[in-house]
Order: sequence, then C-alpha cells, then structure tokens
Amino acid sequence: MNLRYSEADEKFRSELRAWLAEAVPAHGEPPPSDDWPARRAYDTSWQRKLFDAGYAGINWPAEYGGRDASLTEQLVYYEEIARANAPYIGVNFVGVLHGGPTLVAEGTPEQRARHLPRILRGEEVWCQGFSEPAAGSDLAALKTRAERDGDHYVLNGHKIWCSFAQAADFGEFLVRTDPSAPKHKGISWLILPMDLPGIEIRPLPTLVGEGEFSEVFLEDVRVPVEHRVGDENDGWRVTNVTLRFERGTAFASEMIQLQQFAAELVRVAKATGRWDDASLRRELGHLAAELDALWAMVKYSVCRASQTGVPGLEGSAIKLHYTELYQRIAELGMRILGRAALSRSDVADLPSGMLLAKALQSLSLTIAAGSSQIQRNIIAERIQGLPREPR
Amino acid sequence: MDFRLNDDQQALQEGVRAFCDGQVGLERLHSLCDSGGFDADLWRELAELGVFSLRLAEDRGGVGLGMADAVLVFAELGRRVVPGPLLWTHLAADLVEGAASGITVVGGLDLIQPSADPLLVAHLDRLDVLLLLRADGVHRVDPRSLRAEVVPTPLDPLTPLHWLPTLHAGEHIAGPGVAARLRLEGCALAAAQLFGIAEATQELAVAYALQREQFGRPIGSFQALKHMLADAFVRQEIARAAVYAAGATLDDPLVGDGPRAVAVAKLTAGEAALKNARTCLQVYGGMGYTWEMPCHYYLKRCWVLENEFGGVEEHSERVAAAVEADAAP
Repeated sequence: MNLRYSEADEKFRSELRAWLAEAVPAHGEPPPSDDWPARRAYDTSWQRKLFDAGYAGINWPAEYGGRDASLTEQLVYYEEIARANAPYIGVNFVGVLHGGPTLVAEGTPEQRARHLPRILRGEEVWCQGFSEPAAGSDLAALKTRAERDGDHYVLNGHKIWCSFAQAADFGEFLVRTDPSAPKHKGISWLILPMDLPGIEIRPLPTLVGEGEFSEVFLEDVRVPVEHRVGDENDGWRVTNVTLRFERGTAFASEMIQLQQFAAELVRVAKATGRWDDASLRRELGHLAAELDALWAMVKYSVCRASQTGVPGLEGSAIKLHYTELYQRIAELGMRILGRAALSRSDVADLPSGMLLAKALQSLSLTIAAGSSQIQRNIIAERIQGLPREPR
Repeated sequence: MDFRLNDDQQALQEGVRAFCDGQVGLERLHSLCDSGGFDADLWRELAELGVFSLRLAEDRGGVGLGMADAVLVFAELGRRVVPGPLLWTHLAADLVEGAASGITVVGGLDLIQPSADPLLVAHLDRLDVLLLLRADGVHRVDPRSLRAEVVPTPLDPLTPLHWLPTLHAGEHIAGPGVAARLRLEGCALAAAQLFGIAEATQELAVAYALQREQFGRPIGSFQALKHMLADAFVRQEIARAAVYAAGATLDDPLVGDGPRAVAVAKLTAGEAALKNARTCLQVYGGMGYTWEMPCHYYLKRCWVLENEFGGVEEHSERVAAAVEADAAP
C-alpha cells in the first residue's frame, strides 16, 4: 500500500507541466458561452494542440492514436490539467470520452478509421442522443423508432438533453429497432450524421439561462445501416460498455478543481469577514476533508482497476458522493458570499459570477449520468446484494 | 503508486479477522461486560498475534511493520469492538519495557490540547503503566500512585473508567516530538477502529435487512432502507480510503501532509462509524434497542473513540487551516 508516484509518472508529470505552462496562456480566454461557433473553434483548436503534443485521447489505445497512458499517468494528467487551469474539454466531451471509446470497443474497422483520428484531432464534434422525454432514469424505455428500409434505417422520434448538438457533426443515438422485443433487447446504437435531412435541433434553455443542451426532433431521417455500431438490437450492451467509464475516473479533473474551489472559498470568506466564524470554518474544513478522502478513494479505485482492466462498481459510490459533495460546497460558497450571492455577475470585487455559476450548474450533477437515486439502487443491489427494483 | 493491499497485508488482515471472528463474537462481548472488558487470556492471545509488537523493529523483537499495516490490524479490532487498552499498549511498544509482549499493560491520557474535561482513564484497574502525552513530552505514571474514583456506570460497558480529581507530573521519559508523534499515530489508529466499526455495522445492517421480513417481504427490498444502506456503504468506502491514505502517508511523508491526512481519516471514519452504527440500530428496529443485539456496543464505542485524540471540532479546524495554507498566494 503506497501512494508514491513512480519515477516514470513524475517524468510524465514534469513534461506535461512544462508543456501546459506555455500552451494554456497562449490559448487565451474562452469565448462567451452562447457563441457556439466560437466555442467550437476554441475547444477544437485546444484538442488539436493536445493531439500535436501527444496528449489527446489520454486513455485511448495507441493503435487508434491515443496516448495509452497507464491509470496512474491518467491521474497525473487530470491533476496537471486542473492545476494549470487548462481549457475544459468542452464540445469534445462526447467524442473523446464517450462515442470514441465506444467505437474503440465495439466499432468496425471502417467506423474506427473514419471517426477516431478526426475526433482526436478536434476535426469532428459529437453529441449524445440517449434520453427522451419519457425515458430518463428508465433509459431503456426509449421510443425513437428506427425502421429498416433496404440498406437504411428511417428514424422518427424526439430526443432530449443532447449535449453539444448545436456544434456537433455526429451523434451517438440509441434507437428502437425491435418494438416487439423486451425493452432492453430491441435497442440499437447508431452514428447519426447531424446534417441529415429531417433533423431539427432546438436549444433547451436550462435554469442557468443558456447551456449545452438541446432537444433533437427526428422526422423520417434516413441513416445508412453501416452507421450501426454493434449488432442490431444489441445497443443496450454496447452502451453499457462505456457507461461505467463515465462514473469512474472521468471526474478526476473536476475533483482537483473542486479542491481549488475550496481554497478560493477561503479567500472569499476572508474578504467577506466570514472566515472568523468558527462554525463556518469548521464546516469548510469538514467538506474539504471529505474531498481529500474522496480523492484517496479515486486512487484506491484506480489502482484496483489497473489490475482488473475495468472500473469497479465503486464508481457509482464515487459519482454519488462527488456530486452531492459538490453541491454542499457550492451552497457553502453562497453563504460565504452573503447577499453578494444574489448577483450572478461579480459585484463589489467579489467573484459571485464564478461562485453562482458553480452553484447553479452543480444542480445538474446529481441528475445527469444516472441520478443519485439510481446510483443508490446500483450500490444496494449490485454491491450489497439487496433485492432488485422492478425494471 | 500501488494503493492496494499487498499479499502480506492481505494475509495480515485475514489472520487478524479470523482470530477476532473466532474469539470475540457477540457472546464473548456479553461475557466481557462482566469482567470490565478485560480478559487475561484474550490479552495474551492478542499479544501473540502481534497487535502490540507490530511496529517495533525486528532487532528489538518486534514485527517491524509500518502504519499502513497497523491501520489494517486496528480496523479488524474495531470490527469486533475488541476491548482493552490495546491502542496505548501498542503505542508504548518502543517506550515501555514489556509493552510489546503485552506483559506490561499500558494505558494513557492525551493532554496535549488544553481542555477542561474531567480526567477519565480507561481500564485503570488493569494498568501497569499510565502514559501522559503533554505538550512538553511523554510522562510515565505509576497507576497505583494515583487517587482515583471509579465511574460506576461508564457509557461503554466494555470501557470501564476512573476519574482522577488530581494528577501529578510523573516521570518525563520522552520529548515533545515523541508525544506529538504518538498522538498522530494514536489518532490514525483510532480512526482505523472507527472505520472497522463503520464496515461491520454496514454489513450487519445489510444482513439483517435481507433476513428480516415485514409486509411479507424482506425489509431490504424497501427503497427507503436500500438508500440508507447504500449511503452507509459510501461512507464506509470513503472512510476506508482516508484511513489507508493516513497510514500510507505516515509511512512515507513525501506523498503528502501526514497531520492533514490523519485529521481527514479521523473526521471521515468518525462520521462513518457513528452514522453507520445508527443506521444499523435503526434497521434492526426494536431489536436494535435491546442489550442482546450488538448495535449498542458499536455505537457506544464510537462515542468513546470520538473523544480520543481530538474530536470533530479540532480536526475540522485543522483541515480548514490546511486549506487556508493552500489558499495563501
């Protein structure tokens, strides 16, 4: 049981740190969040820089252009990305962290050759089309139809919570190819070119006021059959290949940022005079302790996964605790701001803009990627062996 | 970095668990209540197991292991709420002749932080040596030289107490650095016991929820209970990571801030133990409120350990101060 990074890990760290020290300031400030062409350009050109420096697809196999970093190198990578305040993965999120890894695991050689290099170079942006208005936590209840017509599927349906659809070239879409089969057995996983006729994208304003989500309406959209990933009606299994990764180490960078956020709260509390309040100080100390412990748990989980090759079910516990802890810390931030928390832009030299953005955005964390209640069911049923809910 | 148990650590953990499962079951706990939580045979067996000599150097007759190993052992002792002045005798191994072999039974009082609390010593009747941790170092006191009043009804029936109205200085046997180190190690091992309690009560609660039926089905099928139990599991795993990290950090100070890691362990394991023991009692329902069931032993021990080597207030202040240092420009 030792926590010391190897010499190779530390060498990787110092090279990455040196590169980030030049590359991050050179990339400039992010554009306004509602300017999608500018956001796409900003995020994808950063992805290109990562690629040119050899840091794109940190966990992807080398044969598909990835770094193929060990799990401990990945931890170092996330630590350094966060500490350097490097650009957020942004519009590359779905392609690099979700769609791409799915193609690596389940795609055909043609699908991989066509998409993977372009995703890694920031030339291709992906969105996600999984959820539907009546299929949220019960994702397998999705109804979007894909009827076979010769060598095409014809899609009709309504998707919601599609991240980055405004900027995307392709989407990973779950569709129903066999309505008569049990719900988990009639789903297929499709690569959907977002410029096909019959696709309508409507931005979905969130409580933040804008955001990365859209609704996508599909009306007689014809998709070639070779865009299917995995077998017909095997899409549920294909999806689950990558869902676990979403709940494991994917939060590593955000956790480091949350530690930095806790330090920022100390500075704000000193500015508002609240750092002298022992109960507030202790509350922050307690939350920071939970964050330290959570980071230790990520390391523990990563070291176990490096033996088995797949993230363990404890990813659900990490996701559950991280997201709820985030909300508690963000809410403490609002109390530290006091009445300044009523302003979503900086006021009286206090960073209320950043703090309120965190507090509002954090409300989505316990809902997205499997709600806290779903995570508790997963922990209770699959780890603790308690009786299963109906499904 | 390999933050997993190595083969030796797994064997150590399994060995201590097998011993505790076999020797310190619920019936044994009930009977230990009658002997003030101390049993000479059990004490000798724990000594033979290496509980006290674990970290003493091999050339001095010890096992020569580190804090990462010791937290595993004390987590197992916590799982079965094994009573006795285990922690202090373990801490005294390289200071007091006979402690490592268990022949000398050592207790202690941590007086480093100023406090107006009454001086309550555990297991005083059984002690050969009492250690005092003070800001100026470690002091050794002969328990027979003390005026002590027995506490007739201690909260934890397995941790008998005496109250000392006064306390003399004793013999100064080590400096402030040693006192601070013992306090830090003691705190990490108290956290390890608390983690063991969190794990044991989570497991007991799940087992009971699977077996107990109401409304014609196991109560563990009700989502209200499942979610309580899932939260208990999360707390347990958070505490495990924090306790293991504290042990590994004390062994290798280059990987982090030892006092911060120990404070994190005490806070998270303390919270996990207390909340999981309460969850366990709640899941057991009326039976959880009886003396016969194990829930109360765990909960009462939580309250004892919470008071050892600093509580929530001290440790949350410590972590806050560490974050404040991070925030400094």
